[in-house]
Amino acid sequence: MSDIVIDAQGLTKRYNGTVAVDAVSFSVGRGEIFGLLGPNGAGKTTTILMLLGLTEISAGSARVLGHDPVRDPLAVKRRVGYLPDSVGFYDYLSARDNLRYTARLIGLAEAEREARIADALARVDLAEVAGKSVGTYSRGMKQRLGLAEILMKNVAIAILDEPTSGLDPQATLELLDMIRNLKREGVSVLLSSHLLERVQSVCDRVALFQEGRIALMGSVAELGRQVLGGGFAVEVEAQGQGLADKLAQVPGVTSVETTGPDRVRLLADRDVRPDAAAAVVAAGGRLLRLSVEEPSLEAIYTRYFHDQGARHAA
Amino acid sequence: MRREGSPWRGVGTVFLKELSDHLTGARMLVLEWLVVLTAIAAVYGSIQVIKDSSAEDPFLFLRLFTQSREPLPSFASLLSFLVPLVAVGLGFDLVNSEHSRRTLSRILSQPIYRDALLFGKFLAGLATIAISLVALWLLVIGLGLLMLGLAPSGEEIARALVMLVVTIFYAGVWLALAMLFSIIFRSAATAALLTLGLWLFLTILWPLLSPIVADAVGAREIASAEDLLGVLSVRQGFARLSPSALFGEVVSVVLDPSVRSTQQPMLAALGLALVERGSIPGAPLPFLQSMLIVWGQIVGLIAATILLFVAGYVVFQRQEVRA
Repeated sequence: MSDIVIDAQGLTKRYNGTVAVDAVSFSVGRGEIFGLLGPNGAGKTTTILMLLGLTEISAGSARVLGHDPVRDPLAVKRRVGYLPDSVGFYDYLSARDNLRYTARLIGLAEAEREARIADALARVDLAEVAGKSVGTYSRGMKQRLGLAEILMKNVAIAILDEPTSGLDPQATLELLDMIRNLKREGVSVLLSSHLLERVQSVCDRVALFQEGRIALMGSVAELGRQVLGGGFAVEVEAQGQGLADKLAQVPGVTSVETTGPDRVRLLADRDVRPDAAAAVVAAGGRLLRLSVEEPSLEAIYTRYFHDQGARHAA
Repeated sequence: MRREGSPWRGVGTVFLKELSDHLTGARMLVLEWLVVLTAIAAVYGSIQVIKDSSAEDPFLFLRLFTQSREPLPSFASLLSFLVPLVAVGLGFDLVNSEHSRRTLSRILSQPIYRDALLFGKFLAGLATIAISLVALWLLVIGLGLLMLGLAPSGEEIARALVMLVVTIFYAGVWLALAMLFSIIFRSAATAALLTLGLWLFLTILWPLLSPIVADAVGAREIASAEDLLGVLSVRQGFARLSPSALFGEVVSVVLDPSVRSTQQPMLAALGLALVERGSIPGAPLPFLQSMLIVWGQIVGLIAATILLFVAGYVVFQRQEVRA
């Protein structure tokens, strides 16, 4: 088996004449966290449903773990866990009973079932409230229960649709941590979100959706270089004489700007932190702080679509 | 393109879960008590009448089901009215509640086909109704045994059993209809209102309207007995569009061996009697002969159940999972 777990080629979805997803192609590697990002209605959920065989594919093809979701959806769904947007459970059943029902649908052997359920609930910190009916759960707890379902299923791929929407910052951080844990166990994760900065930290690669198409795809750093052009911004805080001039001579630095007392901001085409540190030390300065600003998805996104808009207007 | 894997995978799991939901739910409890209490009252009334009558009747036990005492209707006509209510009560939110709880896409992302969800839900609803009807049926037979002090004959039991099975299919029609509406309409309230509306129309208004419609379509001079029978059968044809009419015909023939034709009540209403050549009026028909008369109606009820279910199935398969 190859290292590509999801392979979509020219995936298209038409609803009575309107195109919801327009020839989208991407692939997700084993153990990778891939983000589908973009505004609501850009076609992220439809793409996910096509991969799961839950909606028909109008054109193009998809392969999930080597299976065709149109022809053999059961084989796909056996190895893929799905956490839908604002997931729901049977409110009158306890968390444990909800998972039991799913476990039976999955076809887990009876001997294995209880142990797997208890383990999954413990891993999302719901073991203590597992006997309570889900109706009493908060949004974040339901989201975690959805994740527990995926853990219980022991999947190769987890597909999470807007996993962090509607969660408070604390719950979001916890959830993102759990997603990182999935990756650590070798599970590939495909997640969709319209909240760019929240998921930026967990995604290895992202695809930015706009109106049913993938506008940009790659790692955040790559996209930053591609769209923002400038690449890296390095903040240097150091005490010493004439440091700004010395830093300007570091190879790769394109501009130097003094932003405050003892503070300099460098724009460079690559990560120049080691060279900048060496330059400060060589000039006899005292280096206090050295940090690189990661390009933010938000900035990339805004800039990209701003440019696009300008091009359309022209 | 053929899809791989069995559509039956998961049916049992869905069935058991839905069955336990129904049996433990408050809704079923209320509906069951409603049916049991009114049914017991009706049977009690019929027992009083039977006790008072001195006429010799070889099928006295079957009168338990058909005898009425004012103001209560008979047990059989009560069932024809209440069974749809129970079926609609169970079925109106079978599928749209999965949408509103947002559980549908999560359940369907498990390795089962949509077929399994629909089959499991329908069968569980039907099983719930069947369980309560069987219990009710045994209760009535038991009451009859105790209070009449009379053992039913083998044929009476056979006829009563046929009625039980037909009642279950009659419930199936309404359950399938309610489920179809619960698939089409995302709001449970809309689905419930429309199914109940259709139920009221078919059981109360249609028997009044259908003769008018029939006469408007097939109006002709009544010159002979043949013509009269012709008009009656057109009327009957229209009335049979309502499952309640089919159920009523089956019950009237199966539970009363003296009834030789489903048109007999209509003729009786005109003050006429059907006399076949060579037959003794009022003599009981053998069980199988009674069955032959209403075989078409029984098949009709089963076919209606299947048709409505298939309609729901087709709509559900084509529906988008997301709201």
